[in-house]
Amino acid sequence: MGLTMRKLAGGARVPHRKWTSEAAIVKMGVPARVIIPMVQHIGAPCEPIVKKGDTVLVGQILGDTGQYVSAPIHSSVSGTVANVGQMLYPGGGRVTSVEIATDGLQRPHESVRPQTYADKKDFLGLVRASGLVGLGGAGFPGHVKLNPPPGASIDCLIVNGAECEPYITSDYRFILENARSIVSGIKLLQSVLGIPKTYVGIEDNKPAAIKLMEEMTADDRNIEIVTLRSLYPQGAEKMLIYSCTGRRVPPGKLPADVGAVVMNVNSVSLIAEFMETGMPLVKKIVTVSGNAVKKPMNLEVVIGTPLRDVFAFCGGFTTTPEKILMGGPMMGIAQFSLDVPVIKNTNAALAFDVKDAKPAPETGCIRCGKCVDNCPMQLLPLFINSAAVKGDAERLKRFHVMDCIECGTCVYNCPAKRRIVQSARLGKDILRNLAAAEKKGGRANA
Amino acid sequence: MPDSGPAGTGMAFDEKYTVTASPHIASDITTGRVMRDVLIALIPAVLAGAWFFGARTLLVCAVTVAACVAAEFFSRKIMRRENTTGDLSAAVTGLLLALNLPPSIELWMAVVGGAAAIVIGKQIFGGIGQNFMNPALVGRVVMLTSWGASMTRWSPAVSGALFGAMPTGGGAVDAVSAATPLALAKALFTGGGLTEGLSQATLALPSYSALFLGGVAGCIGETSALAVLLGGLYLLCRRVITWHIPAAFLGSAALLTWAFGGRGTLFGGDPLYQILSGGLFLGAFFMATDYSTSPMTKKGKLIMGLGCGVLTAVIRLFTTSPEGVSYSILIMNVVVPLIDRYTIPTVFGGGKPHE
Ligand code: SF4
Ligand code: SF4
Repeated sequence: MGLTMRKLAGGARVPHRKWTSEAAIVKMGVPARVIIPMVQHIGAPCEPIVKKGDTVLVGQILGDTGQYVSAPIHSSVSGTVANVGQMLYPGGGRVTSVEIATDGLQRPHESVRPQTYADKKDFLGLVRASGLVGLGGAGFPGHVKLNPPPGASIDCLIVNGAECEPYITSDYRFILENARSIVSGIKLLQSVLGIPKTYVGIEDNKPAAIKLMEEMTADDRNIEIVTLRSLYPQGAEKMLIYSCTGRRVPPGKLPADVGAVVMNVNSVSLIAEFMETGMPLVKKIVTVSGNAVKKPMNLEVVIGTPLRDVFAFCGGFTTTPEKILMGGPMMGIAQFSLDVPVIKNTNAALAFDVKDAKPAPETGCIRCGKCVDNCPMQLLPLFINSAAVKGDAERLKRFHVMDCIECGTCVYNCPAKRRIVQSARLGKDILRNLAAAEKKGGRANA
Repeated sequence: MPDSGPAGTGMAFDEKYTVTASPHIASDITTGRVMRDVLIALIPAVLAGAWFFGARTLLVCAVTVAACVAAEFFSRKIMRRENTTGDLSAAVTGLLLALNLPPSIELWMAVVGGAAAIVIGKQIFGGIGQNFMNPALVGRVVMLTSWGASMTRWSPAVSGALFGAMPTGGGAVDAVSAATPLALAKALFTGGGLTEGLSQATLALPSYSALFLGGVAGCIGETSALAVLLGGLYLLCRRVITWHIPAAFLGSAALLTWAFGGRGTLFGGDPLYQILSGGLFLGAFFMATDYSTSPMTKKGKLIMGLGCGVLTAVIRLFTTSPEGVSYSILIMNVVVPLIDRYTIPTVFGGGKPHE
C-alpha cells in the first residue's frame, strides 16, 4: 500500500525519540498493592461495590453504574480490599478509588470464561462488560463508540496504530507481538457489526509493523493497511479519519456522523480476547521512558500499579526527575506524585530531568503565523490565546475555541512559546460557564 | 526527614514534581533565532551597499542599529517592562531602516530616525507583535517629512567604492548628486524636468544588469536587487517567511506597470525595470513580510501582497512621486486587522462556528 496522499492541514515534525522500539514487552508482575480509581473513562463515574476487607479476584467487578455512557471497572489482581476512599488520580485531584493488597496468586474470578452472544445487542453488552474504553486518549466507552446514534451508520472501522507522540512505542510493540489478535478482533467487529471496511493506520516510521500487518491481512481485501506520514498529530481521531478515508468530522460531531469508528490496536485485540477468554481490561502495555529513567522499557502492567513501582521496575531514575508524565510529551498529563496508578488509558510513563522539563519562558507573540500554519484544525491559535487571556467570550467564539483538540502542535513551533493549549482550555471553560449561565437564566425567565 | 524510597532508585517519597500544562516539549525555535535569521538574510544587501556606496554605509547601519537597540532598551525600562533587546527585533528594525536610507544621510538623523522607529513605531503600542505599522518604515517616513532634502540626496554608485577613501570631515558625504532609476524613468516618460544639476548625459537609463547586480543610485539597500533576492531566498528556505507576500507583491506590481506603464499603449510598460528598482525587492521580501504588520493566513498574505503591489504601481504611475513602496506597505499595514478579520479560515471539517 502506498503512502496516504492526504495531507493534514497542519501538523509538526516532532522528534521521535522512540528509544524503546526494540524493547520487547516485559511482564512486570504484580505490585504489593494496586489503586484502582472509579473514574477511568468519559461519562458517569462508577460506584464501588466492594468494601474494605473483601477478598477480590482477577476480573471481578469492583465498580459499575447503571448509566449507559460508562464502563465497569474490574479488579486487576487477586487480594484483599485494603481501603475504599479518595485517592490521587492521574487526571488530577482525587477520586474514589479501591486500594487492594495483592496476594500475588492472580486467581481469576468465576466470571472469567469464554463469552457467547446471540446478536449485535448481546455483543455490545459484552463490549461494555469487558470494561473497554478508548485506550488512546480520552477514554470514551467502547460500546458507545460501536453503537452509532439513530440515523448514523458505521461503514468503516479505523484502527489506530499511528502512535504519533514522541517516546511512546507501546502500540508498536503491541502490533509486533499481537498482530494475530488484532486481526481477529477486526474480523470479529466486521462480521458482528456488519462493517464492510477496515483501515489500519500506522505511521511510516514503523515499517516493521506495517509490513507485518500487511502480511497478516494479505488475504483480506476488506482490511487495508494505510501508511501515514509521520507527522504529529496524525493519530488524533479526526486527523486519522481524514488520512484514512478523506472524510472530515464536522465541528461538534462524532466520528459516527461520518460513518467511522476509531479504535486503538489494543482495543480491537481486547474485544477478541474477551470473547475468547472472558478476561476484561485489567492490564496495559506502558512505555516507560524519558531521560531520567535508568532502563527505558515496554512493560505489561496490571491496572492500578502505582507509577513508583513502574519506575522502580525499570531500575529507578538516573537523577532526580523534575517532571513525571502520564502519556506522551505532547498531550500527556504532568504528575506531581509517583503515587498515581496506571489506568485504562495510560500508554506511557515518562520521567525527565531538569534539562528536559524546564518550560521555555513565554515571551510576546510576534504574529509570525507559525501556529496558524501548524494547526491541524485550521484555527487561529494566536487569537484564541489573546482572547482567552482577555476573557473575551465573543472573540473566543469567533475563533472556534471549542474545536481546538488541544494537541499542542501550535505551541511546539511557537517562537514565543505562548501557552496556547492552556488558554484554549481556559477559553472553553469560559464559554461553557457562559452557556450554563445562559441556560439557567433562560429557565428562570421562562 | 524525607522518607527514602527503594534503595538505589533515586526515589524519595516526599517529592513534588513540576506540573505544567501540555505540551511538555517544544522546538528550539525562538524569537531571537527568527530575528537572527533576518539579520543574516540582510548581510548581502549591507555588503552590496558598502561595495557601491562606500564604507560609510556600514557606519550608517551600525549607528541606526545601535539607536534602535538603545531606544528599545530605554523605552522598556521607562515602561517598567522586561528588557527585550535580546530578541534582536530592534536590531532588525535598525538594519532595515538603514537600508532604506540614502548613503549620504547625516548620522545624527539616522539616530533620531532609529529612535523614532522604535518608540513611535513599536513600543508605544506595547512592543513586539502589538504595533500595526512597520517600525522601520515609520522611522523612514518621520525622517522624510523632517529632512526631505537629506533623505532624497542620492550619491552615485561606484563599483568598489568600499575601498575608496572614507570621506573626511563633516557628517554627510559631499556627494555628487545622482538620480534614482525611477526618477530617471519618470522624467523620461513624462518628459518632465529632472532635478537641477543633472545633465542630459546622465539621463540614460541604467541597464537591467546594473539594476539587478547593483550600481544604481538609491537607498543603501536598494542598489542591488540580487543581494536582496539572495536574502529573501534565505528567508524562504529557513521558513521565516512564506512566498505569498513577495510573490503577490512583485507579481501585481509587475503586471500593472506592464499594462499601464507605457505612454498611451496598453502593455507597453517595462515591468522588469519597475520591479528591479525603487527598493521593490527590499519591500516585498523584508518590509511587507514583517510579522507584526502582515496578515496571519495564506489568503490574507496574498491579499496583503496584492494590495501593496497595486498601490505601488498606482503611486509610481499616477502620482508625481516615483517611489511608492514604503507608502503602499504602510497603507496596507493599516488594513491588516481588517484582512485578518475577513480571512478567518474555515475550521477543519466545518462551516459555521461552534455553538
Ligand atoms: S506561533 Fe506563537 S508567536 Fe507566532 S503567531 Fe502563533 S502565538 Fe504568535
Ligand atoms: S492545540 Fe488547538 S489551536 Fe493548537 S494546534 Fe492543536 S487544535 Fe490547533
